[in-house]
Amino acid sequence: MGKSKKNLDSVKRAIPSGIVYILLFIWAAVQIFPLYWLFTFSLKSNSEIFGGNPLGLPKQWLWENYEKALVTGKVASYFINSVIVTGLTILITVVVSLMASYALTRMRFKLQKPMNAFYMLGLTVPIHSALLPVFIMLRSMKLVNSYIALILPYTAFAIPMAVMIFSGFLSSIPRELEESACLDGCSIYGVFFRIIAPLMKPAVATVAIFTFLQAWNELMFAVVFISDSRYKTLTVGIQSLAGQYTIDWGVIGAGLVVATIPTLLVYIFMSKKVQDSLVVGALKG
Amino acid sequence: MEKVWANKKAIVFFLFPSFVILTLIIIVPILMSSYYSLLDWSGFGKGTFIGLKNYTDLFKDKAFLMSVKNSIVFAIASVFIQLPFSLLLALVISKGVKFERFFVTVFFIPVIISTVVIGQLWMKIYHPEYGILNLFLRAVGLDNLTREWLGSKETALGASVVPVLWQYIGYHMLLMYAGIKSISSDIFEAAKIDGASWAKTSRYITIPLLRPILRISVTFAVVGSLKVFDLVYVLTRGGPARASEVTSTLMVETIFKSNKYGYGSAMAIFVIIECFLLYWIIGKLFKTDEVV
Repeated sequence: MGKSKKNLDSVKRAIPSGIVYILLFIWAAVQIFPLYWLFTFSLKSNSEIFGGNPLGLPKQWLWENYEKALVTGKVASYFINSVIVTGLTILITVVVSLMASYALTRMRFKLQKPMNAFYMLGLTVPIHSALLPVFIMLRSMKLVNSYIALILPYTAFAIPMAVMIFSGFLSSIPRELEESACLDGCSIYGVFFRIIAPLMKPAVATVAIFTFLQAWNELMFAVVFISDSRYKTLTVGIQSLAGQYTIDWGVIGAGLVVATIPTLLVYIFMSKKVQDSLVVGALKG
Repeated sequence: MEKVWANKKAIVFFLFPSFVILTLIIIVPILMSSYYSLLDWSGFGKGTFIGLKNYTDLFKDKAFLMSVKNSIVFAIASVFIQLPFSLLLALVISKGVKFERFFVTVFFIPVIISTVVIGQLWMKIYHPEYGILNLFLRAVGLDNLTREWLGSKETALGASVVPVLWQYIGYHMLLMYAGIKSISSDIFEAAKIDGASWAKTSRYITIPLLRPILRISVTFAVVGSLKVFDLVYVLTRGGPARASEVTSTLMVETIFKSNKYGYGSAMAIFVIIECFLLYWIIGKLFKTDEVV
């Protein structure tokens, strides 16, 4: 009796699980296919894309598409701009948020609670409210079309999440370390920079990845604040490229691939960390 | 030690830079936007104070009402199509399938890619002549279904919603998957011993325990939908004839194309209030349910 029931169970289970795997693999294909298609058409000529070979691997690998996109299409310079803007955003965000979360979680002062609430408020404010006022500030300071025009707002909107992640991590570090260092005559600044900051590396990685994805992919501020192609980042730059090469899909594809590669590399080497950094914020919030 | 923790100078030193940035870029602009929203202002010279007229005008403005309706379509599609699908994936994957990590990793890939890239890519998928969607339809003999997906009023909105759903299914799946993994395995063991099927375990144990995560997913899906900008901006700019216009794209156009700074600011304030209101409502919905 027991045996026959078991058999029945395994039969019951075997049928659906086969279908389940097929469906899961189909869905994986659905999620990946557009990217595969992008990589292949970035290396094709129009006659292949539009004609005989829209889906297969390129018959002729047209690396010229990349050359055109990078040089004539200026994607190389957009790429450098994105690296500068994103890099500085990450750096400033990490430093100022780390300092703030240290004061907010470790130090004691009267306005601690409202101050915490102030930082967390930024998590729920949509960037829409900042768009025009920040534009007007920048315009009056002649800072429209500059790196700082993007770095400042990107940093501001990354700080709340960074503070939240850092604060969570800090509260798991025991105070004894700092206390014993203090007895040895270390100042509060020494404690922070020499003892705490190095201990925060895992949290710094989480914040850096999170901020990277936000800044690298941001469009609304970039479209409004940057019109001079010398300062365009990839997201706005790609828009201009697409306008410039409307009928040359291979070149646009090459630009899109270049914009995507850094993100994919980060993901390939640190997929778990990337996933965590996007989930941890949500779960704590 | 207490004295060190209470060092006022150090506290100011640590808080000062981020406090200034947040105040300058987030807090002050909310006040400025609120003030601008009461003006009739073209952006240059002085605006005229007109009280709440911009707001009353908003609710008579067909383009604006259309954009709000379209944002709601995004929200409804996310909550009722995307989230159930994500939940199903999370439930299936977390019950211990082979290649578990592989599926999680692959399903998450679209989440990290720039929406601009995704928009450009889907624009090509939808291309009336050479796009792979119409290509596919022609190949299977459904020629009469092919159309200008982004260029016709009937399909532009739907065609803009699909890539958003596609892109973030993996995000919600991962949230829910992480949530399920954090539920104690004892509970599942007990259910197994009692002979509960996977479907029953999901229905009566996993999903109820996942409620806090579902709240987060619903909040993100709804608030995110009300803020959608990138994808619509890239795919259609809100066209044709505002068929796919969302509040964010309309706001940017109103301010920076039509130079109606006051009127556009009223839209910005509307979006903020709308988002806060929904945070609150969704919080309430999930709370009262918990008591029952």
